[in-house]
Amino acid sequence: MSSIIQVKDLNKDFGEIKAVSNLSFSVPAGQVYGFLGQNGAGKSTTIRMLLTLIKPSSGTIQIFGMELQKHRKEILRKVGAIIERPDLYKYLTALENLRIFGIMSGIKISEKKLMDQLAMVGLAERAHSKVKTYSQGMKQRLGIATALVHDPELIILDEPTNGLDPQGIADIRNLILHLKKDLGKTLVVSSHLLSEVELIADSMIIIDKGKKLVEGKVNELFDPSETVVEVKTINDEIAREKLKASQLGEFILSKRNDAVLLKLHREQVPVVMKEMVQMDIGILSFHSKHSLEDYFLSLTTANQYVETVAN
Amino acid sequence: MMEKMCRLIPGKAILMLAIIPLFAGYRSMTSTPEEVIANVRAKLDKVNDYEASGKMKTNVIFIKAPIAKVKVYFKKPNKLRINNESGISFIPKGSVNINLSNIFLNGTASFDIIDVGNEAGTNLRIIKLLPKDENSDVVLSTLYIDEAQSLIKKAKTTTKDNGTYELEMTYGKYAEYGLADKVIFSFNTKDYKLPKGITFDYDDGSKKEQDPNKLKNKKGKVEIVYSSYSVNKGVSDTVFR
Amino acid sequence: MWKLLQIELFKIFKRPRTYIAFGAIAAVVFLIQVALKFDGKSYIDLLMSNLKDSFDFNDDFKLDLLNGYLICFVILNTLLIQMPLLVALISGDSIAGEANMGTLRLSLTKPISRTQYMLVKFLASVIYTVALLIWMAVLALFGSMLIFGTNDMVVLRSEGIEQIQSFDVMWRYIAAFGYAAVALTTVSALSFLLSVFAENSIGPIIATMSIVIVFTILSEMNIPIYDQTVKPYLFTSHMVAWKGFFYVKADAEGTTINGSIENLPAIMRSLSILLIYIGLFFGSAVWVFRKKDILT
Repeated sequence: MSSIIQVKDLNKDFGEIKAVSNLSFSVPAGQVYGFLGQNGAGKSTTIRMLLTLIKPSSGTIQIFGMELQKHRKEILRKVGAIIERPDLYKYLTALENLRIFGIMSGIKISEKKLMDQLAMVGLAERAHSKVKTYSQGMKQRLGIATALVHDPELIILDEPTNGLDPQGIADIRNLILHLKKDLGKTLVVSSHLLSEVELIADSMIIIDKGKKLVEGKVNELFDPSETVVEVKTINDEIAREKLKASQLGEFILSKRNDAVLLKLHREQVPVVMKEMVQMDIGILSFHSKHSLEDYFLSLTTANQYVETVAN
Repeated sequence: MMEKMCRLIPGKAILMLAIIPLFAGYRSMTSTPEEVIANVRAKLDKVNDYEASGKMKTNVIFIKAPIAKVKVYFKKPNKLRINNESGISFIPKGSVNINLSNIFLNGTASFDIIDVGNEAGTNLRIIKLLPKDENSDVVLSTLYIDEAQSLIKKAKTTTKDNGTYELEMTYGKYAEYGLADKVIFSFNTKDYKLPKGITFDYDDGSKKEQDPNKLKNKKGKVEIVYSSYSVNKGVSDTVFR
Repeated sequence: MWKLLQIELFKIFKRPRTYIAFGAIAAVVFLIQVALKFDGKSYIDLLMSNLKDSFDFNDDFKLDLLNGYLICFVILNTLLIQMPLLVALISGDSIAGEANMGTLRLSLTKPISRTQYMLVKFLASVIYTVALLIWMAVLALFGSMLIFGTNDMVVLRSEGIEQIQSFDVMWRYIAAFGYAAVALTTVSALSFLLSVFAENSIGPIIATMSIVIVFTILSEMNIPIYDQTVKPYLFTSHMVAWKGFFYVKADAEGTTINGSIENLPAIMRSLSILLIYIGLFFGSAVWVFRKKDILT
């Protein structure tokens, strides 16, 4: 399968701060690619670099097999994007907004097609209303319409479900799947909500503090033999100290105020449970988690823990 | 009779050319200054009103003005109006004096006439008029008169309030009415200066030449060249409004 | 390019704030016209106060003097000092406003180079500026010509009076408005440059006004140490050069030479300085913008 986006050793420094550090990944064609990370992990900076809004400090970005810096116009003609909130011209109508961004995308587009586009996102009836009268969800849908107005091959959506109600989130999810399945588009969708991406993404990357933690197919990344165990105790502090003193210390994930987190293989779970009882740690509950969310948490918090220890 | 004598003079003048310096003083004594003035007045009195067309040139140090097409209206006793037909003209105070009859407005009895004799090198008789009325604005008028034609060629008027006016006339077709073809009216102007805060001038960076003589020369001149007069045809009072 | 320019103009002229400037100009012009219509004579008396001893000023003269050409000159004198604010209102908003609305990042992901984007934005501001001037010309010049009629134009300078025959005036106004367009484009370019650095439009608008005010004060002050050192290089000193078109040459006898300009080379020098400023401001704006990371 060919790659639509190929990123190599990408770095971005804002003065002293390293926002993105040696990041490499590739986005396969015809897939939904999840771009995951907590707020401030460097997702937005990376996406803005893909869209030429931010200049990389070093590294290369290839899109459609072309160098982004050299073939900027050619590439952007085939890319549609929403970056964070899709802010539009509030004093103009939906149709006017759509027309403006259509022209800016370098295409000629008929009024009928514009209306079709609005109909696709369910805004045909409000086509002539000023955007300032729109709800957040309507703005989001209009944003998507503007990203799609020139029929791009690659669609980059940065936090597309931010601030939406459950129905809005479901609508966007369906739209993304429709674009992939029915129209054969490639999509990069960033989110800090893993549960969302889990439902739509084929492949994904998880970044934290500007660094790649892991990249791969969603179903391969998630190792069913690993699990995160959340242990609630009478006194987490004491429990943690006792664990650290024992050989179980290596399994501890970072501090969490209300629980002790352990990352274990499935077969280790009963053994560890038994040992903890023997150590006389007052266990209140012992909960084994098994979702992508936990996986993500385990990766990012482990990373944090390593850094905390290093410091 | 005086007029007859005067008409004879041009003929004689050719003969007398060589001995003018000798006889000039003598000849002028042939008529009294009062007679000279009376003759001049008589000529001017023939005009009741006129409407004249001409071109006016304004020469004032601080004004750049185009040449103006003007109509000059006069009506006895002392109504005078200079109208710019197609634009704006700055008309100096005292311009009413371009009408010479204004000098004699209060009659010849109202001033003392002093004969100064002929101007050196010309045949112009200089006669000074001193108003008897102490409150008169005019302090002194000096007239340079071409006796032979009874025409005032030059007049200087010194006033209490408005400085000195000077008139210089050149005569042609309308000499019989004492109306000049060309009048140069010189007058005093005050300093002109507006604060830059009002004008917001564009300062083009060029150094203005500070010629002290230029600044001190506060004489303004208005020159009117008449092309035609229409004399005693009646002028409506409304033009003097 | 033309399409993009159309979009920019569409955006500008769809915004209510654009019309504030047009309204403001109409209001000021109207107020000055009304004031001079009803109390013009006392205004003339004030201006002519130190000439009234040497010249006769009758009412007809004052009315003739107070013709449309002079009224327009008075309006331009007053209004061109305030115009930078109206210009900054749009050009200061040009980039910063898009950043503030969040549309900048969307626009820059479109296949348009940043230089082209800046060029279109700036051109649109210039067109807006020219539109303001045309509006002003219609109201202040043609409006006044209609209300007050036309006659010779008398321009008062601090050290003299320039009188221009009425047929010789119109081309001077065309030249003056053309020059004013360049002068205001300089302000536009300045606030455009400032706009690149800001994320909301208030900053660039206020900064532009502050710079224009400080520079204008320096330009108008007569302090010898500034006269040759600072003043010739301030763009505000050259913004009033439009008046130079109303300063005429005269012959040795003080007669206005029709069709003449007293110091055309000086106007041309001022014009070139403004053009250099425009190039500098716009060039820096593009240079900065091309390197800028869009974080808004």
